[in-house]
Amino acid sequence: MALPAAQPSNVTVLATKASAASPAAPAAVVALPARKGGAAGLLKSKTMKRLNAIALTVIPPLLVLLAMMLVWEIACNKPGATLPAPSKIWSESKDLITHPFFVAGPQDIGLGLRVMTSLQRVAIGFGLAAVAGVFLGALVGQSVWAMRGLDPIFQVLRTVPPLAWLPISLAAFRDANPSAIFVIFITAIWPVIINTAVGIRNIPQDYRNVAQVLRLNPIEFFFKVMIPSAAPYIFTGLRIGIGLSWLAIVAAEMLTGGVGIGFFIWDAWNSSRLTDIIVALAYIGVIGFALDRIVAFVGVVVTRGTSAS
Amino acid sequence: MSDYLKLDHIDKTFTRGGLTSEVLKDVRLTIDKGEFISIIGHSGCGKSTLLNLIAGLTQVTNGAVLFENREVNAPGPERAVVFQNHSLLPWLSVYENVKLAVDKVFSGAKTKAERHDWIMHNLNLVQMGHAKDKKPSEISGGMKQRVGIARALAMEPKILLLDEPFGALDALTRAHLQDSVMDIHARLGNTMIMITHDVDEAVLLSDRIVMMTNGPAATIGEVEEVKLERPRNRLDLVSDLRYIASREAVLRFLYERHRHVEAA
Repeated sequence: MALPAAQPSNVTVLATKASAASPAAPAAVVALPARKGGAAGLLKSKTMKRLNAIALTVIPPLLVLLAMMLVWEIACNKPGATLPAPSKIWSESKDLITHPFFVAGPQDIGLGLRVMTSLQRVAIGFGLAAVAGVFLGALVGQSVWAMRGLDPIFQVLRTVPPLAWLPISLAAFRDANPSAIFVIFITAIWPVIINTAVGIRNIPQDYRNVAQVLRLNPIEFFFKVMIPSAAPYIFTGLRIGIGLSWLAIVAAEMLTGGVGIGFFIWDAWNSSRLTDIIVALAYIGVIGFALDRIVAFVGVVVTRGTSAS
Repeated sequence: MSDYLKLDHIDKTFTRGGLTSEVLKDVRLTIDKGEFISIIGHSGCGKSTLLNLIAGLTQVTNGAVLFENREVNAPGPERAVVFQNHSLLPWLSVYENVKLAVDKVFSGAKTKAERHDWIMHNLNLVQMGHAKDKKPSEISGGMKQRVGIARALAMEPKILLLDEPFGALDALTRAHLQDSVMDIHARLGNTMIMITHDVDEAVLLSDRIVMMTNGPAATIGEVEEVKLERPRNRLDLVSDLRYIASREAVLRFLYERHRHVEAA
């Protein structure tokens, strides 16, 4: 007896809903467009949510940046100021900011291109450091005797500041470019070695037992157990390493010359283009941040399996 | 048939920083082919050490482990181990974990297609074929242990060594896996040696139960023979007098004669 009574009431609810959505049209016709509108609304709210999330991460730093620029402008925009104000940077170095990739001569090129040459050096130096660092780290982590012999030497060498290596490497390579690459290499390799060694030492005994029962040979053990198991540690080392190499390349290029971003700063200082220097600093900061994030992202992707356990 | 696996007057001492501790003393045991042996004893009595010696993961100090009249001094796939905490490699899928073992053991003997079939056969044997593409972190503890068993079985071991395989599992999952192991033992006829803390588990599964005295210098105290015909059913056994007698014998050994002395 309750059922027939319930049905009409349902219909009325639907009808009121539909008429509420679009009071002018008859309920039956409106049903479909109303649902479509609902889906579109859902989509809209999803994009709205995403936009909201982006806004939450982007707007606060932008506001702070604006406030800093404002303070800077007030502090430096007066006669006798030693540093250029933001408005002066914009008026004098506009071409560097807006055209990163212009080529107006062999030494007059955009900052984007200069950064590319610096990045190329970092890529070679850091790449070699990553490969050599992982192998040496694996050796030190795996063999007690290698650790006893090599670890003290590593601990001493790693405290040598990057630039202290430059004269030696200039003497050895007799050329600026390989010297700069060597400085990157020697800067980036220590954190990779040390973190890899810790990662290898922390491989659970269980994995070693599994490898022993399976009779994996050393090469199989290296690629199938050691590297994946130590991957989170290795990536920590790589992340520190890439940051250090980006620090070192600027200093090295200041001394070796060429077309890198470091030499650009030195050159600008020598020709009193302070505004150019400040633009270059911003470039260096942004690129360094991007490098760090790229290595971190690769690390997250690669170690997904290992860290999930 | 005798002297398939022989533990011949085994002593094991560990030396660390000048301190020598005697873990096992004069362990003697002979195990037949196809036998199911449980090793039971209080914590710290050297059960795991004994299993590691048979596996070849550690070396004896005196005496010898003889397998088919050959001395064991290194690990090998003919003595596969199911580890206590499954020890699956977390960055490999279930399938890849078994594949690692199969590729290593059968790289020359089987084609790629045959190896695939063999991996799937073993996963299906432990009812894990459906989860072959899952990562170990995505499956339950019992499922991980199943995969660990599949990996060990996939090596086609002559002896399967189980190191407290169900210790970390809940009672229901544990019972389920015990049935699986009994079923596999009946089907494949492997020799199995299992370490356990659980008296019921030992009596249910074993042909013989090896009871260890307390350490230091632990040794085999008694060996209880469980003369129950297979296949065994846990429900029928509850009221079986031989089952009850065996269970009582083990319990008396563990709690009357060799009570665990708490370290002061």
